[in-house]
Amino acid sequence: MAAFHFELVSPEKLLFSGDVESVVVPGSDGQFTVMKDHAPVMTTMRPGVVDVNESGSKALRLFVRGGFADVSASGLTILAEQAIPLEQLNAEDIAREIGNAEEDVSDASTDDARNAAQERLDQLRELRAALGI
Amino acid sequence: MASLKDLRTRISSVKATQKITKAMQMVAAAKLRRAQMAAEAARPYAERMSAVLANVAGGMAGGGPALLAGNGKDQVHLLVVCTAERGLCGAFNSSIVRLAREHIHRLQGQGKTVKIICVGKKGYDQLRRQFSSQIIDLIDLRAVRQLSFGDADAIARKIIARFAEGEFDVATLFFSRFRSVIAQIPTAQQVIPAQIEGGAATSASYEYEPGEDEILETLLPRNISVQVFRALLENAASEQGARMSSMDNATRNAGEMIRKQTIVYNRTRQAQITKELIEIISGAEAL
Repeated sequence: MAAFHFELVSPEKLLFSGDVESVVVPGSDGQFTVMKDHAPVMTTMRPGVVDVNESGSKALRLFVRGGFADVSASGLTILAEQAIPLEQLNAEDIAREIGNAEEDVSDASTDDARNAAQERLDQLRELRAALGI
Repeated sequence: MASLKDLRTRISSVKATQKITKAMQMVAAAKLRRAQMAAEAARPYAERMSAVLANVAGGMAGGGPALLAGNGKDQVHLLVVCTAERGLCGAFNSSIVRLAREHIHRLQGQGKTVKIICVGKKGYDQLRRQFSSQIIDLIDLRAVRQLSFGDADAIARKIIARFAEGEFDVATLFFSRFRSVIAQIPTAQQVIPAQIEGGAATSASYEYEPGEDEILETLLPRNISVQVFRALLENAASEQGARMSSMDNATRNAGEMIRKQTIVYNRTRQAQITKELIEIISGAEAL
Protein backbone atom coordinates (compact mmCIF):
# COMPACT_ATOMS: atom_id res chain seq x y z
CA MET A 1 0.00 0.00 0.00
CA ALA A 2 1.21 3.48 -0.78
CA ALA A 3 2.34 5.67 2.07
CA PHE A 4 1.74 9.36 2.64
CA HIS A 5 3.13 11.97 5.00
CA PHE A 6 1.46 12.41 8.37
CA GLU A 7 2.16 14.89 11.14
CA LEU A 8 0.63 15.12 14.56
CA VAL A 9 1.42 18.25 16.55
CA SER A 10 0.20 19.51 19.89
CA PRO A 11 0.93 23.04 21.16
CA GLU A 12 3.71 21.70 23.35
CA LYS A 13 5.50 19.53 20.84
CA LEU A 14 5.66 17.58 17.60
CA LEU A 15 4.41 14.10 18.45
CA PHE A 16 4.65 12.26 15.18
CA SER A 17 6.10 12.94 11.79
CA GLY A 18 6.60 10.32 9.16
CA ASP A 19 5.13 8.19 6.41
CA VAL A 20 2.07 6.11 7.20
CA GLU A 21 -0.39 3.99 5.31
CA SER A 22 -3.65 5.11 6.84
CA VAL A 23 -4.94 7.23 9.69
CA VAL A 24 -8.39 7.13 11.27
CA VAL A 25 -9.44 10.64 12.28
CA PRO A 26 -12.30 11.35 14.73
CA GLY A 27 -13.87 14.19 12.77
CA SER A 28 -16.60 16.22 14.43
CA ASP A 29 -19.07 15.04 11.79
CA GLY A 30 -17.96 11.43 12.01
CA GLN A 31 -14.90 9.26 11.86
CA PHE A 32 -13.05 8.94 8.58
CA THR A 33 -9.96 7.19 7.32
CA VAL A 34 -7.31 9.07 5.38
CA MET A 35 -5.19 7.24 2.85
CA LYS A 36 -2.87 8.38 0.09
CA ASP A 37 -4.40 10.86 -2.40
CA HIS A 38 -7.32 11.71 -0.17
CA ALA A 39 -9.26 14.77 -1.37
CA PRO A 40 -8.31 17.97 0.48
CA VAL A 41 -10.42 18.30 3.61
CA MET A 42 -10.28 20.58 6.59
CA THR A 43 -12.21 19.50 9.63
CA THR A 44 -12.53 20.00 13.34
CA MET A 45 -12.15 16.97 15.59
CA ARG A 46 -14.09 15.75 18.58
CA PRO A 47 -12.35 14.10 21.52
CA GLY A 48 -11.50 10.61 20.40
CA VAL A 49 -8.85 8.20 19.27
CA VAL A 50 -6.53 8.72 16.32
CA ASP A 51 -5.55 5.40 14.84
CA VAL A 52 -2.27 5.51 12.94
CA ASN A 53 -1.23 2.62 10.71
CA GLU A 54 2.42 2.77 9.85
CA SER A 55 3.78 0.69 7.04
CA GLY A 56 4.06 -2.91 8.13
CA SER A 57 2.09 -4.02 11.11
CA LYS A 58 3.06 -1.23 13.48
CA ALA A 59 0.08 0.67 14.80
CA LEU A 60 -0.10 3.70 17.05
CA ARG A 61 -3.19 4.86 18.89
CA LEU A 62 -3.50 8.23 20.53
CA PHE A 63 -6.20 10.00 22.45
CA VAL A 64 -6.78 13.57 21.23
CA ARG A 65 -8.83 16.21 22.99
CA GLY A 66 -10.20 17.92 19.92
CA GLY A 67 -8.39 20.08 17.42
CA PHE A 68 -8.13 20.24 13.64
CA ALA A 69 -7.26 17.85 10.87
CA ASP A 70 -6.03 19.20 7.56
CA VAL A 71 -5.71 16.94 4.55
CA SER A 72 -3.89 18.52 1.64
CA ALA A 73 -1.80 17.41 -1.29
CA SER A 74 1.26 17.31 0.95
CA GLY A 75 -0.35 14.91 3.41
CA LEU A 76 -2.29 14.97 6.64
CA THR A 77 -1.63 17.38 9.48
CA ILE A 78 -3.42 17.05 12.80
CA LEU A 79 -3.34 20.01 15.12
CA ALA A 80 -4.39 18.44 18.40
CA GLU A 81 -5.37 20.42 21.46
CA GLN A 82 -3.76 17.69 23.48
CA ALA A 83 -2.62 14.22 22.51
CA ILE A 84 -1.74 11.28 24.74
CA PRO A 85 -0.66 7.84 23.52
CA LEU A 86 -3.37 5.39 24.51
CA GLU A 87 -1.11 3.20 26.60
CA GLN A 88 -0.24 6.24 28.75
CA LEU A 89 -3.84 7.25 29.15
CA ASN A 90 -5.50 6.19 32.38
CA ALA A 91 -8.93 6.37 33.89
CA GLU A 92 -7.93 9.40 35.96
CA ASP A 93 -7.22 11.54 32.88
CA ILE A 94 -10.57 10.72 31.38
CA ALA A 95 -12.33 11.30 34.67
CA ARG A 96 -10.67 14.70 34.94
CA GLU A 97 -11.69 15.61 31.40
CA ILE A 98 -15.25 14.59 32.13
CA GLY A 99 -15.19 16.58 35.36
CA ASN A 100 -14.03 19.65 33.43
CA ALA A 101 -16.72 19.17 30.83
CA GLU A 102 -19.38 18.85 33.54
CA GLU A 103 -18.18 22.11 35.02
CA ASP A 104 -18.37 23.76 31.60
CA VAL A 105 -21.97 22.62 31.25
CA SER A 106 -22.98 24.11 34.58
CA ASP A 107 -20.96 27.31 33.99
CA ALA A 108 -22.30 27.95 30.49
CA SER A 109 -24.18 31.23 30.34
CA THR A 110 -25.82 30.93 26.93
CA ASP A 111 -27.80 28.11 25.37
CA ASP A 112 -25.29 27.73 22.57
CA ALA A 113 -22.40 27.37 24.97
CA ARG A 114 -24.35 24.88 27.06
CA ASN A 115 -25.18 22.80 24.02
CA ALA A 116 -21.56 22.76 22.91
CA ALA A 117 -20.36 21.77 26.38
CA GLN A 118 -23.03 19.11 26.72
CA GLU A 119 -22.06 17.64 23.37
CA ARG A 120 -18.46 17.48 24.45
CA LEU A 121 -19.40 15.80 27.69
CA ASP A 122 -21.42 13.18 25.82
CA GLN A 123 -18.55 12.50 23.46
CA LEU A 124 -16.18 12.00 26.36
CA ARG A 125 -18.56 9.64 28.14
CA GLU A 126 -19.01 7.68 24.94
CA LEU A 127 -15.26 7.45 24.59
CA ARG A 128 -14.84 6.18 28.12
CA ALA A 129 -17.39 3.50 27.50
CA ALA A 130 -15.73 2.53 24.22
CA LEU A 131 -12.30 2.24 25.80
CA GLY A 132 -13.65 0.34 28.75
CA ILE A 133 -11.59 2.13 31.38
CA MET B 1 42.35 55.30 54.88
CA ALA B 2 40.40 52.15 55.58
CA SER B 3 41.84 49.87 58.20
CA LEU B 4 42.97 46.34 57.40
CA LYS B 5 39.90 44.90 59.07
CA ASP B 6 37.58 47.08 56.97
CA LEU B 7 39.31 45.95 53.81
CA ARG B 8 39.06 42.32 54.82
CA THR B 9 35.31 42.52 55.41
CA ARG B 10 34.83 44.40 52.15
CA ILE B 11 36.67 41.73 50.18
CA SER B 12 34.80 38.89 51.79
CA SER B 13 31.44 40.55 51.14
CA VAL B 14 32.27 41.02 47.46
CA LYS B 15 33.34 37.38 47.35
CA ALA B 16 30.01 36.31 48.79
CA THR B 17 28.18 38.41 46.20
CA GLN B 18 30.26 36.88 43.47
CA LYS B 19 29.28 33.42 44.62
CA ILE B 20 25.61 34.37 44.43
CA THR B 21 25.83 35.89 40.95
CA LYS B 22 27.82 32.91 39.75
CA ALA B 23 25.16 30.54 41.06
CA MET B 24 22.39 32.62 39.47
CA GLN B 25 24.21 32.54 36.17
CA MET B 26 24.46 28.77 36.24
CA VAL B 27 20.82 28.36 37.23
CA ALA B 28 19.81 30.70 34.39
CA ALA B 29 21.92 28.69 31.95
CA ALA B 30 20.18 25.47 32.91
CA LYS B 31 16.74 27.09 32.77
CA LEU B 32 17.59 28.70 29.45
CA ARG B 33 18.29 25.34 27.91
CA ARG B 34 14.92 24.07 29.07
CA ALA B 35 13.10 27.20 27.92
CA GLN B 36 14.78 27.06 24.55
CA MET B 37 13.77 23.44 24.10
CA ALA B 38 10.17 24.27 25.00
CA ALA B 39 10.16 27.16 22.53
CA GLU B 40 11.53 24.96 19.79
CA ALA B 41 9.07 22.16 20.51
CA ALA B 42 6.16 24.59 20.21
CA ARG B 43 7.30 25.96 16.88
CA PRO B 44 5.87 23.24 14.55
CA TYR B 45 2.36 23.72 15.92
CA ALA B 46 2.50 27.49 15.49
CA GLU B 47 3.83 27.11 11.96
CA ARG B 48 1.18 24.58 10.91
CA MET B 49 -1.45 26.70 12.56
CA SER B 50 -0.58 29.81 10.58
CA ALA B 51 -0.34 27.76 7.38
CA VAL B 52 -3.79 26.29 7.93
CA LEU B 53 -5.19 29.67 8.87
CA ALA B 54 -3.70 31.28 5.78
CA ASN B 55 -5.28 28.51 3.73
CA VAL B 56 -8.72 28.98 5.20
CA ALA B 57 -8.65 32.75 5.41
CA GLY B 58 -7.32 33.00 1.86
CA GLY B 59 -10.58 31.44 0.70
CA MET B 60 -12.64 34.09 2.46
CA ALA B 61 -12.77 37.20 0.33
CA GLY B 62 -12.75 40.03 2.87
CA GLY B 63 -15.35 39.84 5.63
CA GLY B 64 -15.18 36.89 7.97
CA PRO B 65 -15.61 36.87 11.73
CA ALA B 66 -14.64 39.91 13.77
CA LEU B 67 -11.52 38.21 15.12
CA LEU B 68 -10.19 38.02 11.56
CA ALA B 69 -11.50 41.14 9.91
CA GLY B 70 -11.71 43.40 12.95
CA ASN B 71 -14.87 45.15 14.02
CA GLY B 72 -14.39 48.01 11.63
CA LYS B 73 -13.11 50.43 14.26
CA ASP B 74 -9.66 51.52 15.26
CA GLN B 75 -10.32 53.62 18.32
CA VAL B 76 -9.55 51.59 21.43
CA HIS B 77 -6.25 49.73 21.53
CA LEU B 78 -5.42 46.96 23.95
CA LEU B 79 -1.77 46.38 24.77
CA VAL B 80 -0.85 43.04 26.30
CA VAL B 81 2.56 43.61 27.83
CA CYS B 82 4.35 40.37 28.70
CA THR B 83 7.32 40.70 31.03
CA ALA B 84 9.07 38.61 33.63
CA GLU B 85 8.01 38.01 37.21
CA ARG B 86 11.50 38.57 38.52
CA GLY B 87 14.17 41.18 38.11
CA LEU B 88 17.95 40.90 37.99
CA CYS B 89 17.94 40.16 34.30
CA GLY B 90 19.55 43.25 32.84
CA ALA B 91 17.47 45.49 30.62
CA PHE B 92 15.06 42.70 29.70
CA ASN B 93 11.96 44.08 31.39
CA SER B 94 12.65 47.74 30.79
CA SER B 95 13.26 47.28 27.07
CA ILE B 96 9.84 45.65 26.62
CA VAL B 97 8.25 48.38 28.72
CA ARG B 98 10.07 51.05 26.75
CA LEU B 99 8.69 49.70 23.48
CA ALA B 100 5.19 49.56 24.95
CA ARG B 101 5.53 53.10 26.29
CA GLU B 102 6.59 54.47 22.91
CA HIS B 103 3.61 52.70 21.39
CA ILE B 104 1.25 54.20 23.96
CA HIS B 105 2.55 57.71 23.40
CA ARG B 106 2.16 57.36 19.65
CA LEU B 107 -1.39 56.07 19.98
CA GLN B 108 -2.33 58.77 22.46
CA GLY B 109 -0.85 61.34 20.11
CA GLN B 110 -3.28 60.12 17.48
CA GLY B 111 -6.15 60.57 19.93
CA LYS B 112 -6.77 56.86 20.49
CA THR B 113 -7.75 55.26 23.76
CA VAL B 114 -5.27 52.83 25.27
CA LYS B 115 -5.93 49.95 27.64
CA ILE B 116 -3.24 47.74 29.10
CA ILE B 117 -3.15 44.18 30.35
CA CYS B 118 0.08 43.27 32.11
CA VAL B 119 1.34 39.73 32.12
CA GLY B 120 4.11 39.56 34.67
CA LYS B 121 4.66 41.72 37.71
CA LYS B 122 7.76 43.60 36.60
CA GLY B 123 6.07 45.24 33.65
CA TYR B 124 3.16 46.19 35.87
CA ASP B 125 5.48 47.83 38.39
CA GLN B 126 7.07 49.96 35.71
CA LEU B 127 3.92 50.89 33.81
CA ARG B 128 1.89 51.59 36.94
CA ARG B 129 3.82 54.78 37.65
CA GLN B 130 2.72 56.43 34.44
CA PHE B 131 -0.39 54.65 33.23
CA SER B 132 -2.09 53.32 36.35
CA SER B 133 -5.55 54.38 35.11
CA GLN B 134 -5.14 52.55 31.81
CA ILE B 135 -4.14 49.18 33.28
CA ILE B 136 -7.24 47.01 33.34
CA ASP B 137 -5.77 43.69 34.38
CA LEU B 138 -2.68 42.04 35.80
CA ILE B 139 -2.04 38.41 35.09
CA ASP B 140 0.32 36.83 37.55
CA LEU B 141 2.27 33.80 36.42
CA ARG B 142 4.50 33.57 39.45
CA ALA B 143 2.95 30.33 40.63
CA VAL B 144 3.59 28.71 37.26
CA ARG B 145 6.72 26.62 37.17
CA GLN B 146 6.53 25.04 33.74
CA LEU B 147 4.61 27.11 31.26
CA SER B 148 1.85 25.06 29.68
CA PHE B 149 -0.50 25.74 26.83
CA GLY B 150 -3.33 25.96 29.35
CA ASP B 151 -1.83 29.11 30.88
CA ALA B 152 -1.65 30.80 27.49
CA ASP B 153 -5.14 29.60 26.68
CA ALA B 154 -6.53 31.19 29.83
CA ILE B 155 -4.95 34.54 28.92
CA ALA B 156 -6.25 34.31 25.35
CA ARG B 157 -9.75 33.53 26.63
CA LYS B 158 -9.68 36.65 28.81
CA ILE B 159 -8.62 38.77 25.84
CA ILE B 160 -11.31 37.31 23.57
CA ALA B 161 -14.01 37.76 26.20
CA ARG B 162 -13.10 41.43 26.47
CA PHE B 163 -13.11 41.75 22.71
CA ALA B 164 -16.54 40.13 22.50
CA GLU B 165 -17.84 42.70 24.96
CA GLY B 166 -16.53 45.47 22.74
CA GLU B 167 -13.96 46.75 25.22
CA PHE B 168 -11.36 47.30 22.52
CA ASP B 169 -10.88 47.19 18.75
CA VAL B 170 -7.25 46.25 18.22
CA ALA B 171 -5.03 44.05 20.39
CA THR B 172 -1.25 43.98 20.31
CA LEU B 173 1.11 41.65 22.14
CA PHE B 174 4.41 42.94 23.52
CA PHE B 175 7.14 40.46 24.27
CA SER B 176 10.80 39.83 23.70
CA ARG B 177 11.83 37.64 20.80
CA PHE B 178 14.71 35.33 21.57
CA ARG B 179 17.49 35.69 19.04
CA SER B 180 20.47 34.52 21.09
CA VAL B 181 21.83 34.68 24.62
CA ILE B 182 23.09 38.21 24.04
CA ALA B 183 20.34 39.44 21.73
CA GLN B 184 16.69 39.66 22.71
CA ILE B 185 14.50 41.78 20.53
CA PRO B 186 11.47 43.51 22.04
CA THR B 187 8.61 42.92 19.62
CA ALA B 188 5.07 44.16 19.11
CA GLN B 189 2.66 41.84 17.39
CA GLN B 190 -0.93 42.51 16.50
CA VAL B 191 -3.26 39.60 17.27
CA ILE B 192 -6.75 41.10 16.81
CA PRO B 193 -7.63 41.49 13.98
CA ALA B 194 -5.51 38.49 13.02
CA GLN B 195 -2.53 39.11 10.83
CA ILE B 196 -2.31 36.44 8.18
CA GLU B 197 1.17 35.65 6.96
CA GLY B 198 1.74 34.39 3.48
CA GLY B 199 -1.80 34.87 2.23
CA ALA B 200 -3.58 32.29 0.13
CA ALA B 201 -1.06 29.57 -0.63
CA THR B 202 -3.29 26.95 -2.17
CA SER B 203 -6.71 27.69 -3.51
CA ALA B 204 -7.35 23.99 -4.12
CA SER B 205 -10.95 22.96 -3.79
CA TYR B 206 -10.99 22.33 -0.08
CA GLU B 207 -13.86 20.60 1.58
CA TYR B 208 -14.82 21.88 4.97
CA GLU B 209 -16.39 19.88 7.73
CA PRO B 210 -18.63 21.10 9.34
CA GLY B 211 -18.48 24.42 7.44
CA GLU B 212 -15.94 27.07 6.62
CA ASP B 213 -17.38 29.54 9.10
CA GLU B 214 -17.56 27.04 11.95
CA ILE B 215 -13.96 26.01 11.40
CA LEU B 216 -12.81 29.58 11.27
CA GLU B 217 -14.75 30.28 14.44
CA THR B 218 -12.80 27.65 16.38
CA LEU B 219 -9.56 28.24 14.52
CA LEU B 220 -9.26 31.95 15.28
CA PRO B 221 -9.45 31.84 19.10
CA ARG B 222 -7.06 28.91 18.96
CA ASN B 223 -4.70 30.97 16.87
CA ILE B 224 -4.70 33.71 19.51
CA SER B 225 -3.89 31.17 22.21
CA VAL B 226 -1.03 29.90 20.10
CA GLN B 227 0.31 33.40 19.57
CA VAL B 228 0.15 34.13 23.30
CA PHE B 229 1.80 30.80 24.07
CA ARG B 230 4.59 31.50 21.63
CA ALA B 231 5.08 34.99 23.06
CA LEU B 232 5.30 33.60 26.59
CA LEU B 233 7.77 30.90 25.59
CA GLU B 234 9.97 33.33 23.68
CA ASN B 235 9.79 35.63 26.68
CA ALA B 236 10.83 32.88 29.06
CA ALA B 237 13.84 32.00 26.94
CA SER B 238 14.76 35.67 26.54
CA GLU B 239 14.47 36.29 30.26
CA GLN B 240 16.85 33.47 31.11
CA GLY B 241 19.23 34.56 28.37
CA ALA B 242 19.23 38.13 29.63
CA ARG B 243 19.71 36.99 33.20
CA MET B 244 22.55 34.71 32.22
CA SER B 245 24.49 37.42 30.45
CA SER B 246 23.85 40.07 33.08
CA MET B 247 24.89 37.70 35.87
CA ASP B 248 27.98 36.82 33.90
CA ASN B 249 28.82 40.52 33.78
CA ALA B 250 28.17 40.87 37.48
CA THR B 251 30.45 37.95 38.29
CA ARG B 252 33.22 39.43 36.19
CA ASN B 253 32.75 42.81 37.81
CA ALA B 254 32.99 41.28 41.24
CA GLY B 255 36.21 39.51 40.24
CA GLU B 256 37.67 42.81 39.11
CA MET B 257 36.67 44.47 42.36
CA ILE B 258 38.20 41.70 44.44
CA ARG B 259 41.45 42.04 42.52
CA LYS B 260 41.65 45.79 43.15
CA GLN B 261 40.70 45.52 46.78
CA THR B 262 43.28 42.80 47.36
CA ILE B 263 46.03 45.04 45.99
CA VAL B 264 44.99 47.86 48.31
CA TYR B 265 44.84 45.40 51.19
CA ASN B 266 48.35 44.07 50.53
CA ARG B 267 49.81 47.57 50.17
CA THR B 268 48.23 48.67 53.43
CA ARG B 269 49.50 45.59 55.21
CA GLN B 270 53.06 46.14 53.96
CA ALA B 271 52.94 49.82 54.88
CA GLN B 272 51.89 48.92 58.38
CA ILE B 273 54.73 46.40 58.78
CA THR B 274 57.25 48.95 57.53
CA LYS B 275 55.88 51.52 59.94
CA GLU B 276 56.20 49.15 62.88
CA LEU B 277 59.79 48.27 61.92
CA ILE B 278 60.74 51.95 61.75
CA GLU B 279 59.23 52.48 65.17
CA ILE B 280 61.26 49.60 66.65
CA ILE B 281 64.52 50.68 65.01
CA SER B 282 64.20 54.32 65.97
CA GLY B 283 63.33 53.21 69.50
CA ALA B 284 66.51 51.10 69.66
CA GLU B 285 68.64 53.98 68.29
CA ALA B 286 67.35 56.37 70.94
CA LEU B 287 68.75 54.20 73.72
